[in-house]
Amino acid sequence: MLSRVADSLYWMSRYFERADHCARVLEANYILMLNPSKVSTEERWLRIMTSLGIPETAEGIDPQLAMIKLTSDPDNEASIVSCISESRENAGQVREQISSEMWERLNRLYHYVTQANSRLETDSDPLRLVAAVREGSYMFRGVTASTMSHGEGWQFIQLGKYMERSCALPVLLDAYFSTAGQADDLDWVGLLASCAAFESYCKVYTADLKPQSLAEFLLLNPEFPYSVRYAIERMNEAIAAIRKTSFTHETGRIERIAGRLRSFLAYAQITDIMAGGLPRYLNSVIEQCKSLHAAVHEVYIDYPIQSALEA
Amino acid sequence: MPAQSVDRPMPAPFSDYEIDAAYDEMFRAKGRPRPHYKHLYTQLLNLPPEELHRCKKEADLSFFNQGITFTVYGRTEGTEQIFPHDLLPRIITSSEWATIERGLTQRITALNLFLADVYHEGRILKDRVIPGETIYTCKHFRRQMHGVKVPRDVYVSVVGTDLIRLPDGRFVVLEDNLRVPSGVSYMLTSRKVMKQIFPALFRKCGVRPIEQYSQALFSTLRSLAPEGRSTIVLLTPGIYNSAYFEHAFLARQMGIELVEGRDLVVHDNKVYMRTTSGLQRVDVIYRRVDDDFVDPLAFRADSSLGVAGLFNAYRAGNVVLANALGTGVADDKAIYSYVPKIIRYYLGEEPIVDNVETFLMTDRAQREHVCANLDKYVVKAVGESGGYGMLIGPHSSRAQQDEFRDKIMADPRNYIAQPTLTLSAAPCFMNGRIEPRHVDLRPYVLFGEKVTIVPGGLTRVALRKGSLVVNSSQGGGSKDTWVLQN
Repeated sequence: MLSRVADSLYWMSRYFERADHCARVLEANYILMLNPSKVSTEERWLRIMTSLGIPETAEGIDPQLAMIKLTSDPDNEASIVSCISESRENAGQVREQISSEMWERLNRLYHYVTQANSRLETDSDPLRLVAAVREGSYMFRGVTASTMSHGEGWQFIQLGKYMERSCALPVLLDAYFSTAGQADDLDWVGLLASCAAFESYCKVYTADLKPQSLAEFLLLNPEFPYSVRYAIERMNEAIAAIRKTSFTHETGRIERIAGRLRSFLAYAQITDIMAGGLPRYLNSVIEQCKSLHAAVHEVYIDYPIQSALEA
Repeated sequence: MPAQSVDRPMPAPFSDYEIDAAYDEMFRAKGRPRPHYKHLYTQLLNLPPEELHRCKKEADLSFFNQGITFTVYGRTEGTEQIFPHDLLPRIITSSEWATIERGLTQRITALNLFLADVYHEGRILKDRVIPGETIYTCKHFRRQMHGVKVPRDVYVSVVGTDLIRLPDGRFVVLEDNLRVPSGVSYMLTSRKVMKQIFPALFRKCGVRPIEQYSQALFSTLRSLAPEGRSTIVLLTPGIYNSAYFEHAFLARQMGIELVEGRDLVVHDNKVYMRTTSGLQRVDVIYRRVDDDFVDPLAFRADSSLGVAGLFNAYRAGNVVLANALGTGVADDKAIYSYVPKIIRYYLGEEPIVDNVETFLMTDRAQREHVCANLDKYVVKAVGESGGYGMLIGPHSSRAQQDEFRDKIMADPRNYIAQPTLTLSAAPCFMNGRIEPRHVDLRPYVLFGEKVTIVPGGLTRVALRKGSLVVNSSQGGGSKDTWVLQN
């Protein structure tokens, strides 16, 4: 597979996951914020911004404007519309690699969100928008899984999706746990809903919302798709599958980083993590993901020609 | 007057349909459809107008959702538009098609012999059939190609020939596109949409299939590959090119890699592509990048679309380019006027499909005649395509005519003139009514081991009433072209 193609598929998938994550977080919080809470609306919005990795100060956040900024503002590169556009732009670079059905789904979602600006007038419209993005994303994922060959290209799509998730979840957890002092049950429900995790969490821990159990579930659960460990396991699988189809001599480096990251979660205990400081642990996950991303890029995408000729 | 050409009243939805001097594809006279249009005619009479509207919407939405768009230059970069598509098919009988097929096969054979000759011995020049000056002053003549051996002596493997139909019903060639002709993906996707909309009509009419085009193109490219090596790629300028959709479409249909210049590297006169498993050797490049841009070392140094060193690899015979470089010399509009002579010279046959009468501005008498009558002629720049750089006399202002007169005087080699021809008209669905619009026809000819022409082509439509310009860049649209079984 062409290196440029692999790169585009990877980023198509990462941006798509980013849009999906943003929509999920917004949908969960927007509904919860209809309930009164000890925490002021501004601070809750600040937490949403922080959990999406957007630097912001609490003063002067206007809820209506913030919602628009995160959904349909093309000038904000973290907005849903920007992420979907980037994803489509990358897909457009590799039109012949993805199935026509995938392109059509992504294209429809793109046209929907770019036209959404004019629709954000009544109060319930932002909700309808994020719900539509979530549904569109289920459709796109489903169509991707069922119409595209699960070969190398598909593995790069998987890698992008889970890389993005492995980076986004620690940021989200950090935002919630750094304000844990003033959080009540509703805030924790908000965290779970941001990961579509409420029902799955209750099946394991019952409706008893303990911060430590939440952290354990969203970090270390091996079965739940929106846990960090799950995402990292899938990344390891994708990396192994890619190595099988395109063996180059340097893949050992990627596997080392990926394998170490995997054991960092697989053999961790939540009590140790909490005792050693959750923010430190989360930060380490993010740093390891970054070096994994860099290694993949250097080995498969942007390698020096000389090294390839000698091989 | 024979009974069949007597006018009869036109029923709805044809009530506003006018027939003028142009050949009408559907009607012999008012109310009298040609036999091969009978099924379509009956269907249209029985179809409620809302139904036609619904079909039109369905078709447009299908194009939009599939992203079948083209890019218009001269506006913000990357302005995508759906290709305007007309609902009603243009129908051609099997005997008309047989003539076109024979004529185009003859033409591509002769043009290939011509190119091989021009880039080797130059017999046709020595025999003074064509003045050497005309060849060497051609903008698309590539001196670097002299003496380069191309596989099977096939210079042009993909041609899109523009045909028009004169008022007497004859098809003639308006121009040959021998460089990187585009539009075939619109022919293929439009057929797919039409089948969903008019299944019954397809059954009744017996329309010959065109879906095998991609396989035929693939076989053509493979026939040019060296023995035992067959990695074929399609080289595109990238997503901002107006035909990018088509490049992606064809690559996917053929199952070959779609590469950009930055994906390829030349090492030791061999071409490789950068893949996730290292460098992979490339044998045939179906290039959709113009000559000027394929290699910054050999041609335009400011090109970022090409591959440095590609031309040397090509000269060394380590990679095949389709079409070959320098083919533009044969579709120069001044050389075009010599094509009938070219056919007679190499094949000893009379041209089966004629040319349009063409005046060379390098000839003093012809130039003076045209310059005195600019309001009657179409003037074209010889190296341009896509409807750019031309003057349509009868539709032009004094000032435009003066401007062109000056241009011709300043550089006569760069211009030719043709009489203003009335293109044939075909029924189109326009704002709820059916009205005639002028059309041309671009069939696609493939040449490798043998000549293949899929029965059909792109019928381009001048969507503005009375307009004769069918180019998509100038407000043209397209319609499906049906060649009947018998």
